[in-house]
Amino acid sequence: MSSDFWIMLTAALMSACCGLLGCFLILRKMALIGDAISHAVLPGIAIAFLLSGGRDSMAMMIGATALGLIAVFLIQWLQSSGIQSDASIGIIFTALFAIGVILVSLNARNIDLDLDCVLFGEIAYVQWDTWMMSGMDMGPRSVWMLGFALLVILTLLGLFYKQFKITAFDPAMAAACGIPVMVFHYLLMGMVSMTSVASFESVGAILVVGMLVIPAATAYLLTDRLGRMLIYSVIVGIVSSIVGYYTAYVLNASIGGSIVTVAGILFIITFLLSPRHGILFRKLQHLKLNKTSLDHDMK
Amino acid sequence: MNTKPVNLPIHTAVSPLNAQSITVAYHKKPVVQNVSFTLDEGRLVALIGPNGAGKSTLLKAMLGLVPAISGEVSIYGKPYASQRKRIGYVPQRESVDWDFPTNALDVVLMGTYGRLGWFRRPGRQEHEIALESLSKVGMADYADRQISQLSGGQQQRVFLARALAQQADLYLMDEPFAGVDAATEKAIITLLEQLKQQGKTVLVVHHDLSTVESYFDDVLLLNRELIAAGPVENVFNTEMLQRTYGGRLTFLQDSGSMIMAGK
Amino acid sequence: MLDMLVYIMNDPNVRWIILGCMLLGLSSGVIGSFMVLQKKSLIGDALAHAALPGICIAFMLLGVKSTAGFLIGALIAGMLATVGIRWITEHSRIKQDAAMGIILSFFFGIGVLLLTRIQHSGNGGQSGLDKFLFGQAASMMREDLYLLTGISILLIAVCTLLFKQFKLVSFDRGFARGLGWPVVWLEQIILLLTVLVVVAGIQAVGVVLMSALLITPAVAARYWTDRLHIMVILAGIFGAVSGAAGTVWSSMVSQLPTGPVTVLAATLIFAVSALFAPRRGWVARLWQQRQNRLEWQKQGGVSHEQ
Repeated sequence: MSSDFWIMLTAALMSACCGLLGCFLILRKMALIGDAISHAVLPGIAIAFLLSGGRDSMAMMIGATALGLIAVFLIQWLQSSGIQSDASIGIIFTALFAIGVILVSLNARNIDLDLDCVLFGEIAYVQWDTWMMSGMDMGPRSVWMLGFALLVILTLLGLFYKQFKITAFDPAMAAACGIPVMVFHYLLMGMVSMTSVASFESVGAILVVGMLVIPAATAYLLTDRLGRMLIYSVIVGIVSSIVGYYTAYVLNASIGGSIVTVAGILFIITFLLSPRHGILFRKLQHLKLNKTSLDHDMK
Repeated sequence: MNTKPVNLPIHTAVSPLNAQSITVAYHKKPVVQNVSFTLDEGRLVALIGPNGAGKSTLLKAMLGLVPAISGEVSIYGKPYASQRKRIGYVPQRESVDWDFPTNALDVVLMGTYGRLGWFRRPGRQEHEIALESLSKVGMADYADRQISQLSGGQQQRVFLARALAQQADLYLMDEPFAGVDAATEKAIITLLEQLKQQGKTVLVVHHDLSTVESYFDDVLLLNRELIAAGPVENVFNTEMLQRTYGGRLTFLQDSGSMIMAGK
Repeated sequence: MLDMLVYIMNDPNVRWIILGCMLLGLSSGVIGSFMVLQKKSLIGDALAHAALPGICIAFMLLGVKSTAGFLIGALIAGMLATVGIRWITEHSRIKQDAAMGIILSFFFGIGVLLLTRIQHSGNGGQSGLDKFLFGQAASMMREDLYLLTGISILLIAVCTLLFKQFKLVSFDRGFARGLGWPVVWLEQIILLLTVLVVVAGIQAVGVVLMSALLITPAVAARYWTDRLHIMVILAGIFGAVSGAAGTVWSSMVSQLPTGPVTVLAATLIFAVSALFAPRRGWVARLWQQRQNRLEWQKQGGVSHEQ
């Protein structure tokens, strides 16, 4: 199969995972926790690498998810001891990321894990890194990992849509209804960690946050319904990755960087022109309001 | 709703605060609309109205903290900017982080910053003013206390002391009575009386209808628009309150000994 | 180990670098205290990420590596980023955290795009990505040190002169505005100083970890005191110690980048503070709780007997 096909498929799967989870992160005002997780998974990946002695997808998934959850737990622990949430996030993600970088640098000879690759990803090489099962070529590994992550996300969101929705909207009420808010919190965080590790090879750990936040925020400006927001978010993500891929090809530059740049441009356009929440529309309304209040004065 | 201008008694002295058709809007919604009023010198004035009536917003608009889309405010007959030093402001207690690394005296000292100018630090004179202000609200013993270790009422009193240290002529207070203990409430009202005796003017955002008559001289009734303004005995009556609170007043009447009882 | 240390300390180059990292830690600790208290801890992170496209554009325009050029480019980009964050939160329903995530990744995305373009365009031999990402204090030159010294002196002078203003703006913005102070300008000055530190620091600790130097020493210092001026001084000391420890440690082990080690040193200081600081530390609080319980039991016992 052509390389374009695999790259597109990877990008689309990643956009779907990030787009869906991003909506919940934004609504729960946890966009920066998503950022923190995507950095904090690095030591998990490094440890999995060291222990398994190779790029074992499953080990990496488990290691990264564990570290992501540890990061969330530590952040919450610091918050509960009275440190502001911003500062807690800053302290924990930088500390874990520093450990990750040190682990990778110290073992640079033992493990074939290029820091640049972890941080920026190279979606262009997706098709050459295939998953071999009993000698059979099963297709690119990234596609399998992202596919698995998407399957988990769809299953959990499908089963517990109602619960995720209410915990995002009003956690106190959710708790009063007997919904185990904490369980859903950690489920969401676990999914974000899983997605971070599955995406890092295509866009890189640092830009995962872009795919988590930007398409979801764009969708947030377009609709007031959660269901639609999820769909729009995924669409914006997929469009950005396709346009981004070709832009990168034309410019001969990083695909990850270009995908996020395109997503950012889409956001700016929406921010200015959205029929409901765009700046232009609001300006018009403000003018109208000023006019009515003037009319009022005249009376 | 009736929007005809409310006339206050004519007076000769320059009014501490004169607001002309103030309108404030957040995004699309007007929060305060076309409010005009004049305060008399040496009076304690309550600003009351239901939740979301725009009381705090109006207060902040007076101070230029939120932009008004129309209207003018004059303080002692002059534009606000030139009269800043004559205004003392007590924000809502929740508006700051009480975990900030500082003690009670230091917060009160902040009240002297306006007079100190750009680079001078508070000296001995300022320390004396601050200590005196603290003792006026009964908090002299807590000067060295880290502010997070004060109770809600004590924090409120520290804020009041800070306003005293501003040595202003007109005080604007945003819900100073909200969520305070009885001792603090008493301390605040004694302080208000003292300020009044010194000829100062105090505008207080207030929410407890049952104490309006005993604490205040004048009242402003607000629900987006100014419903009525004037001395308590003229304005604070069932009809006006009904118009301010609408259907919610019956709820108020049911829930405890309402002010209406005596009327 | 020890003679290794002596050997390193005898190297004048290393001494310069240690001095540079200490100055960096000092400045970021001081200005970081105000950022943390203004609840803007992660703005430093956004600024550091946003600096990348600024640096790239400066390079593309000038065609050479120039510290001054990078500084100006990063300064402009950082200011644009903060304006962008404010713009988004003020003009839409998107909250601060998401706005920061958007700006941070968008700017960084552009930065990566430009950087790879520079690298691929054959203008080769340019500093690799990881230099900006994790910093390489060893590449610090004499002129960089002068720059850092200048920034530190400026920063400390401004913070001393405007301490009163910075304090009130951080504590009670509304009140400061009521006094008629140009609060927005004061906040911009704090932000500008932060951008200066961030840009100067990227070279030593890198984009990703720069925010740690702003946040971690400040929060650690908060554990030891209830007074702002002491907190600011302590944060500066903690930052300087982390910088020194990071440089020494990383120059003793090969392959160890300076940035992450410096951050780990700062985190260690934070952990010690959070656990063992008097009164506010974890152990002290456990002890206090125990005392309270004992006290309560004793009183309960007394009243029971009566």
